[in-house]
Amino acid sequence: MTPQPDHRAIETAFHAGLWSPQAPEGHDPKRFSVYRNNVQHGLVRALAARFPVVERLVGPEFFAAMARVFAAQNPPRSPVLLDWGDGFPGFLTAFPPVATLPYLPDVARLEWLRGLAFHAADAPVADPAALANADPDRLTLTLAPSAHAFASPFPALAIWQANQPGARPAPLPAGPQFALIGRTPGLDVTCEALGADQTTLLRALLAGAPLARAAEGIDPTPLLALLLRHGLITRIGETA
Amino acid sequence: MIPSVLPARAGLGFKPEHYAEAAAALRAVGFYEVHAENYMGAGGAPHVMLDRLHADHAISVHGVGLSIGGAGPLDDAHLRRLKTLLDRHQPESFSEHLAWSSHGAAWLNDLLPLPYTDETLATIIAHVDQVQSVLGRRMLLENPATYVTFASSTWPEVEFLREITRRTGCGLLLDVNNVFVSAVNHGFDPEAYLAGFPLAAVGEIHLAGHEADAQLGAALLIDSHSRPVAPPVWELYAQVLARTGPLPTLIEWDNDVPAFPVLLAEAARAETLLERARHDAAA
Repeated sequence: MTPQPDHRAIETAFHAGLWSPQAPEGHDPKRFSVYRNNVQHGLVRALAARFPVVERLVGPEFFAAMARVFAAQNPPRSPVLLDWGDGFPGFLTAFPPVATLPYLPDVARLEWLRGLAFHAADAPVADPAALANADPDRLTLTLAPSAHAFASPFPALAIWQANQPGARPAPLPAGPQFALIGRTPGLDVTCEALGADQTTLLRALLAGAPLARAAEGIDPTPLLALLLRHGLITRIGETA
Repeated sequence: MIPSVLPARAGLGFKPEHYAEAAAALRAVGFYEVHAENYMGAGGAPHVMLDRLHADHAISVHGVGLSIGGAGPLDDAHLRRLKTLLDRHQPESFSEHLAWSSHGAAWLNDLLPLPYTDETLATIIAHVDQVQSVLGRRMLLENPATYVTFASSTWPEVEFLREITRRTGCGLLLDVNNVFVSAVNHGFDPEAYLAGFPLAAVGEIHLAGHEADAQLGAALLIDSHSRPVAPPVWELYAQVLARTGPLPTLIEWDNDVPAFPVLLAEAARAETLLERARHDAAA
């Protein structure tokens, strides 16, 4: 009698078959291929749900083939698929077939940040009245966990906007483009175009710098207005 | 230990695109079910929607990520995430699968089959014990739809499930479509399978649509959750209810999801059979 393979050996053989054309020994290749298709199709759909504009820009068939390459090289490390795909923009940068679309990785990065904002922790919005009473030289602002700064040498935000459902054709601006990404109290994820200096300011605020230091040589009003409008300031305080 | 008890009515898998209709259709169904892993983000709309639905409906959290049937240890980090989610939303039921889906550090994103042996039985019993003890809940374990079997299996699936529930005290989630799909795929009689099934342990039923395989046709059915429930599955479901009385029954439709009224119509069909079972039980 031949010894039976143990549980772990069976899993190892099964796992190997999921990412190779060869079914594990003892299994009908056509039946086994159902599992291979389920795994690969499921991952492609998960990635497409996270990067819908990238899929639209390259087309669904190309996207599926590309997503399979990404998934084989970067399989999820956790069952929480909403955390999977942070390596996709970097993968696109190094994937030769999309080298002719140099803006694609930045569009992917924008979509990734939008997803982070969608799932970010909740935080109550600070009372803006506190701004009026604070000492401007010591003012510190805590931004919502959903707030992110986005920068691209390409008009990546305009490309993303032009590929939203119902978007009307419009001439693309020249790059670079900068944006504030965040989630409003109404739970909508918003992307607001910013100037370069406002993005520098946003980055400094996100890093925890007091407003006076972050805004050295920069008028903070446009960014503050945006942050207030979208409820993205969660704490208004003063340094000691 | 918190039990897993849903109302003995028809329920639907909740799809965010149906949120407005589901929230407005007050108590049109007895419960909504969600996949645990889709609600493991820190905050935002998913949790708000779930809270709002929970105000008017029972909620079932159905995990696809624990890999209870895996040879290796359970993922502690994932078990903690699950505990956080269940503590936050306090759903009426928690269920998982007799399947594995991770290998080493890699997550394989499907419910994969396992051999039914003394070795795998001992592993699964230890895993279910651990899940129930960490979560402080009685869980339901779902029978799988499978496309292959293992020459090394020494236990029939029904006896395997019975032994797990006997040794751990967990309940079972009976997926009638999975029974039918596996019966066709492996050439056994679904009625005989159900005749031996430990129905007293069943806390929930799943019904879903299936499709014929693109390569092998009707000889291999795929548990696709992409279509209406098939007639023979309704028939098996009615036979089960005749023996058990009404049980919480989920319509699962996860791919090619139709408009909300189509889902409500499927749920209404289950509700008709549940009503008959309630009537028969009272007679």
